Amino acid sequence: MAPASPRGASTSSAQPLDTKRVPGASAADTKPTNLCSAVNDALHIALEQNPRALCFGEDVGFGGVFRCTVGLFDRFGRDRVFNTPLSEQGIVGFGIGAAAMGATPVAEIQFADYIFPAIDQIVNEAAKYRYRSGGDFHCGGLTVRAPYGAVGHGGHYHSQSPEAFFTHVPGIKVVVPSGPKEAKGLLLASIADPDPVIFFEAKMLYRTVVEDVPTGSYTIPLGQARIARTGGDITLVGWGQQVAVLERAAAMVREVDGIECEVIDLRTLLPWDRDTVEASVNKTGRLLVSHEAPVTSGFGAEVVAAISRRCFLRLEAPPMRVCGYDTPFPLVFEPLYVPSAQRVADAIRDSCRF
Amino acid sequence: MALPRALGATLLPRCAGLLQQSVGASASTLSPLASFSPCRRFAADAAEAGDDAIEVEVREYKAHHIEPPGTTVTTTKAELMEMFETMYRMRRMEIAADMLYKSKLIRGFCHLYDGQEAVIVGLEAASTFQDSIITSYRDHCTHLGRGGTVYDVIAELMGRVEGATKGMGGSMHMYNKAHNFYGGCGIVGAQVPLGAGLGYAHKYRKDGSVAYALYGDGAANQGQIFEAFNMAGLWDLPVIFICENNHYGMGTAEWRGSKSSAFYTRGDYIPGLKIDGMDALAVKHGVAHAKAYAVEHGPIILEMDTYRYHGHSMSDPGSTYRTRDEITQIRTQRDPVEHIRKLLLDRGLAEASDLKKVEKAIKKEVDDAVEKAKQGTIPPADMLWKNIYSDPLGAVMRGMDSQTKIALS
Repeated sequence: MAPASPRGASTSSAQPLDTKRVPGASAADTKPTNLCSAVNDALHIALEQNPRALCFGEDVGFGGVFRCTVGLFDRFGRDRVFNTPLSEQGIVGFGIGAAAMGATPVAEIQFADYIFPAIDQIVNEAAKYRYRSGGDFHCGGLTVRAPYGAVGHGGHYHSQSPEAFFTHVPGIKVVVPSGPKEAKGLLLASIADPDPVIFFEAKMLYRTVVEDVPTGSYTIPLGQARIARTGGDITLVGWGQQVAVLERAAAMVREVDGIECEVIDLRTLLPWDRDTVEASVNKTGRLLVSHEAPVTSGFGAEVVAAISRRCFLRLEAPPMRVCGYDTPFPLVFEPLYVPSAQRVADAIRDSCRF
Repeated sequence: MALPRALGATLLPRCAGLLQQSVGASASTLSPLASFSPCRRFAADAAEAGDDAIEVEVREYKAHHIEPPGTTVTTTKAELMEMFETMYRMRRMEIAADMLYKSKLIRGFCHLYDGQEAVIVGLEAASTFQDSIITSYRDHCTHLGRGGTVYDVIAELMGRVEGATKGMGGSMHMYNKAHNFYGGCGIVGAQVPLGAGLGYAHKYRKDGSVAYALYGDGAANQGQIFEAFNMAGLWDLPVIFICENNHYGMGTAEWRGSKSSAFYTRGDYIPGLKIDGMDALAVKHGVAHAKAYAVEHGPIILEMDTYRYHGHSMSDPGSTYRTRDEITQIRTQRDPVEHIRKLLLDRGLAEASDLKKVEKAIKKEVDDAVEKAKQGTIPPADMLWKNIYSDPLGAVMRGMDSQTKIALS
């Protein structure tokens, strides 16, 4: 299929990096960094810049199971960086209380799969504090970091993608970065954000992806999507580690079929950037959303519903979802379960031939 | 202040403990009043009024891993008068709320505090507003204790914009930022880990104040409470966990819901005191003791032996899981307002007519607040989407009908 000519509205493709200089680091300075180090770097900057920032979680003082918090304890001391008991509900509740008194707690939930004991604190306490107190109180300083997603061998309880549960909760923000550079800027923005943020880190990418990441402090605005690749035939929407899968699929169909995909990295799921997706679909006429979480009631459903409403007369094929199946996250069947580049490429072709 | 140690023959055995009185405390258990700093406004008033110190005996404290305070409490006429007045105000306010609910001017969930007034009044007598407090959904009187007015509370209950939380919180969610009241919380027990966080902030700031985290005997079985105990104990946080044991978690008697109903011991490694929660002076003295401990050493659990006259909420008549005799006996023998009234009269500190005058003025205050709240304003429609985020994210409200479109700023 030949690349389509540009149609419809232009995309809002400006993706600013609000770069602020910090001592000893020029905005232009970059160094090859993996996602784990990018998160570590962001935490160092946050604790350095904000004397009220705290960092805690299970084994966090020791550097954390993924080593994302290495060095923080030595540099900032036990009052600001510390281990907690294995008490997810307590960790988040404690963080909300500290944030309500003006601290900027960055709490770590060791795996996103472990966040469920804390869901009451997040849904009923963190998200509603501002609303139910008529604006007098809030816990906006709170950021909850949690590694999520498939990692090749995690099995049922170390692989899940629970983001959709939290996108159903007005009052919090949900952020899922797609790579090291994104992770650093989005984490610093999340920590600085005046609302509580759930920050899901793609643990598959912690050590597998290295990018040139600015060494200084910078933020990426929440709620703005990033156009990772431009194209005119179909819009592919994803977040977190699925963005790289979409890019691989886009490369596959370009090479074999000449289909030009536009890949959008949503970055923030709540609030999400409808305008950028709408503009892209108005241009391409086709939409595919992909995530690792089970397809039913996944966040893809929300994207498809909203864009179908906005772009109904521009759509040339039914919007597609390429997602995890409606099963528990499997152990041995993980390669079958995950929405692979091949499954995405197949769906792209189906959409373009509809 | 002698109160009869009368136990009704009709009383169920498990309730006998509710009625035990302390007046027989033997002299050998008495110890000099510990040297705690005097309480906030009551002591100040006393000094101005030139009141003499009065010694009163309170029921013995039960202690777990800590030396209990003595049973002789020092007070003044001014303090007793203020306690009487505040508790009577709370009582009348809750009765007014009950009536407004029954006439459908208050809707939704509503949990009344009458019977438990001595807990908040005694606690506040030992505190400053620098100490932070967070409690459950039974929070009307907590708001009064933190300096709120009857009008604030009634207007909030009626969903008026003039209310304690601008009409957005209702019965279960009142706050006072200036006075460090971190709110009533609708989820059973969920406020307790927050209390640990508040305590951490006090410790981090080194401000010498404490956080009070209140919960009920029902909430005492929530897992997150033990998580909070552990963290507070691990980090020596100045948190005072207060279990207001009114003996029924909703409709479940404590012994049906708790393997151990010695709630003051359930922190295991955290010390605890059991306090007569129907006696504001016992509460004041016990809280002062706990506060001195918490600032120095870390968390402590206080179990307040108290009683709620109303049902759990307005949908609970409060009479299906306990006997009317039990309620009547508590009212006649342990009522917190009557206890202070009797002290004032027996010691010759006030005439019955003085107290009648106070009661009359408070009745008028409550009636006026109710009438004024009825005239209040319902919050504007755009509050529906305000305060969800710090910034309304460009949201507009529309689609309710073809004409409505309100941009939020």
